[in-house]
Amino acid sequence: MSKKLIRVKVNGKMVEKAVEPRMLLVHFLREECNLTGAHIGCETSHCGACTVDLDGQSVKACTHLAVQCDGSEVLTVEGLAQGGVLHAVQEGFYKEHGLQCGFCTPGMLMRTYRLLQENPNPTEEEVRAGISGNLCRCTGYQNIVKAILYAAAKLREPQKEAA
Amino acid sequence: MNAPDRRAALEGVGDSRLRKEDARFIQGKGNYVDDMKLPGMLHMDIVRSPLAHARIKKIHKEAALAIPGVYAVLTADDLKPLKLHWMPTLAGDVAAVLADTKVHFQMQEVAVVIADDRYIAADAVEAVEVEYEELPAVIDPYKALEPGAPVLREDLAGKTEGAHGKREHHNHIFTWESGDKTATDAVFASAPVTAKEHIVYPRVHPCPLETCGCVASFDPVRGELTTYMTSQAPHIVRTVVSMLSGIPESKVRIVSPDIGGGFGNKVGVYPGYVCAIVASIVLGRPVKWVEDRIENISSTAFARDYHMDGEIAATREGRILGLRVNVIADHGAFDACADPSKFPAGMFHICSGSYDIRAAYCQVKGVYTNKATGGVAYRCSFRVTEAVYVIERLVDILAQQLGMDKAEIRAKNFIRKEQFPYKSPFGFEYDSGDYHRGLQKVLDACDYKGLRAEQTAKRADPNSPTLMGIGLVSFTEVMGAGPSKMCDILGVGMFDSCEIRVHPTGSAIARMGTISTGQGHQTTYAQIIATELGLPSELIQVEEGDTSTAPYGLGTYGSRSTPVAGAAIAMAARKIHAKARKIAANLLEVGESDLDWEIDRFKVKGDDARFKTMKDIAWAAYNQPPAGLEPGLEAVHYYDPPNFTFPFGIYLCVVDIDRGTGETKVRRFYALDDCGTRINPMIIEGQLHGGLTEGYAVAMGQQMPFDAQGNLLGNTLMDYFLPTAVETPKWETDHTVTPSPHHPIGAKGVAESPHVGSIPTFTSAVVDAFAHLGVRHMEMPHSAYRVWQQLQQSGVAL
Repeated sequence: MSKKLIRVKVNGKMVEKAVEPRMLLVHFLREECNLTGAHIGCETSHCGACTVDLDGQSVKACTHLAVQCDGSEVLTVEGLAQGGVLHAVQEGFYKEHGLQCGFCTPGMLMRTYRLLQENPNPTEEEVRAGISGNLCRCTGYQNIVKAILYAAAKLREPQKEAA
Repeated sequence: MNAPDRRAALEGVGDSRLRKEDARFIQGKGNYVDDMKLPGMLHMDIVRSPLAHARIKKIHKEAALAIPGVYAVLTADDLKPLKLHWMPTLAGDVAAVLADTKVHFQMQEVAVVIADDRYIAADAVEAVEVEYEELPAVIDPYKALEPGAPVLREDLAGKTEGAHGKREHHNHIFTWESGDKTATDAVFASAPVTAKEHIVYPRVHPCPLETCGCVASFDPVRGELTTYMTSQAPHIVRTVVSMLSGIPESKVRIVSPDIGGGFGNKVGVYPGYVCAIVASIVLGRPVKWVEDRIENISSTAFARDYHMDGEIAATREGRILGLRVNVIADHGAFDACADPSKFPAGMFHICSGSYDIRAAYCQVKGVYTNKATGGVAYRCSFRVTEAVYVIERLVDILAQQLGMDKAEIRAKNFIRKEQFPYKSPFGFEYDSGDYHRGLQKVLDACDYKGLRAEQTAKRADPNSPTLMGIGLVSFTEVMGAGPSKMCDILGVGMFDSCEIRVHPTGSAIARMGTISTGQGHQTTYAQIIATELGLPSELIQVEEGDTSTAPYGLGTYGSRSTPVAGAAIAMAARKIHAKARKIAANLLEVGESDLDWEIDRFKVKGDDARFKTMKDIAWAAYNQPPAGLEPGLEAVHYYDPPNFTFPFGIYLCVVDIDRGTGETKVRRFYALDDCGTRINPMIIEGQLHGGLTEGYAVAMGQQMPFDAQGNLLGNTLMDYFLPTAVETPKWETDHTVTPSPHHPIGAKGVAESPHVGSIPTFTSAVVDAFAHLGVRHMEMPHSAYRVWQQLQQSGVAL
């Protein structure tokens, strides 16, 4: 199959690769970029384990083609921590026991990252609705919700100080 | 530091210590099977049968082999010379690795293709053409036993003796019984009251978020095989692989890396693993196989599929006298149930539950059908979920028949605290319990009387938009399989193991025979050592899952990690502790009996100033051991438990059912668990939330529906119900602590209780909403459609 050259900014770094037009974004990230944080839990867009941030939107990388992302910016779980400091959403999941087997976690974190930009001060019900595209089999979501509310509070802190 | 501070610094047993494994998972640095990439690695994919029962006439490989990048297409005929086209199962049967002349269920493995990448492999799967001759499928386990039913297992023709006794029919696998039939029949013959119900526990799938897979890598020069595998039991897999392949066990290395959930689904050995290993041996290159979701739900181990006829006998006052249960168990095409060898129905004989019943009997008949194989313990100890479901349903039904309250009938029949250790009519010896205390705590916490009053008022109001139901369940689990005099897997006793090495500077490493699938072993096991040895948890590394470094263990399933491996840790630590005492006595120049242990140190009796900490002792162990004592500070312990553990719980659930739509809203769910000593309360609570949610999934929506031809009608996450955060109820948890008297630290295990206990609680609540209308049982799952049908039938739909 003939390949197509694409340029994608992944976690701030430009990646230029020739890929088959049928290659899924999740395989591009995992196989071509060696970023194995995004996982594959289904192939029908239901589980959300492959969720990444694409040009400011949460997308499921298992149902996006890599070639669709030519010229785009992708953020994955590997790009969340900055300078060795965990992002607030990562800290929240750790502190509130928001993960067990860890398989859904990268997708949950990336969805949370975007959700808290869409809605910086969500209610519990809004959090639950906001992550309803991401399945977790271990936690029963209760501590995930707590973790997200923790992160939301933490992310609002600097703004409070500025005001 | 004062003593309380020193104790707190250890983060030992009882501490809600944050998890050590999280750092890698939250940064995308977990290491799951599909994350592995070995040099020269090829990809395998599987050609599967679209039919449930058919003869294979011909397999055409040519078109697939013609695709550039395809290396091999393997079928049963290719495995035959290696005698690997069939493999033994854990249940004493054989299972086809690749279909040999016949397929027995839809999505059965027919051929494998090996290619450069997964896309080419998928193309090749499409290109393999298989000619089938369709045969009539047998889906209903009762029909399977009819005299003229199609013969499913032609390979067993003439075999009248199965792994568990005589086979009475060509589709019959075993008949297993427990209890005293004669005594039970006599009780039923004279009992003033009896109640009976046919109760179906539908076929469900554990569906962990990560599917099954492996990377097999055979080194032809060294003759060594390494396989990274999604396995909950890597050591037993190594034994099986060695037996099948003829490679000495010392040259087989099985590694379970991070595992994305197991729930029983990753106990068995699947054809995909075997084929990837064969492919790696044949091609001399690493081969990766990772199934997709449809393959996972369709072909890997299912759970339940128990069709139960339960009967209960009692006095008119509600004192239970007897229990009789007959089960038809649909095991699918091959008996690949994962149970201790001598127990083809697992621990189903825990079905006398939390009640003091004099006479009980149960019989389970295993049957072949044209469905996938399995019968694993989906987040439960072997078949305990089925057992708890049947007894709890029967007790509810009996109460209803007698006009008694659910709480009252339970309190009346509970095994009393002073009766422990209690010998059950099925021969179990329950270690400890205090059921009445738990029940009272739950009733008080939820204002049970108030709830009943509210329900009475609602029932009296014809305009109420909802029906209110209250579910109440008391369960006793049997965990920690198990004593090797009773329990083995393929002849290997179900002990577990731990090896601890304390390093000269006072840090330590512990290697275990178990493997975490999300339970947080690296965190909790370290806590046990911290308390036993007085070394901070933070300095204790826990490793498991690699058969070349860890001591032999039977793995993690049936909530056996804490009851068995947790005990092994404590015992290994105590061996080290005993040696440390000798070293301390030598250093302090006193006798061993002159020393007291306090948190992290040995002190000379009556002289607080003279002590040696475990850290001091560790250094001395490598530097100046007493004369006659070997240097070093390490120990190995293989723990063979003297008994099972019997955690218990009381769960209460309040539901409101919409009379217009049939939707069930869980208003409240209160779960009180008693798992004995609590190692890490935070992790326990997390396990409870997860187990309750999986229980909710089973009770409210999970089911694997088949049509008459054996097509599985729901094998994607579009159809198979995994609850999202939106429909998942909010959980309230509570506990009592009744330690196990025979476990070194009194712990009983917890992760599966919430699944086992919550499922009958949901059913109890949903049925309760209709109880005043004469309904006494409703089959799971309680989906809105089904409940709506009941609303119609009972004439209360809006």
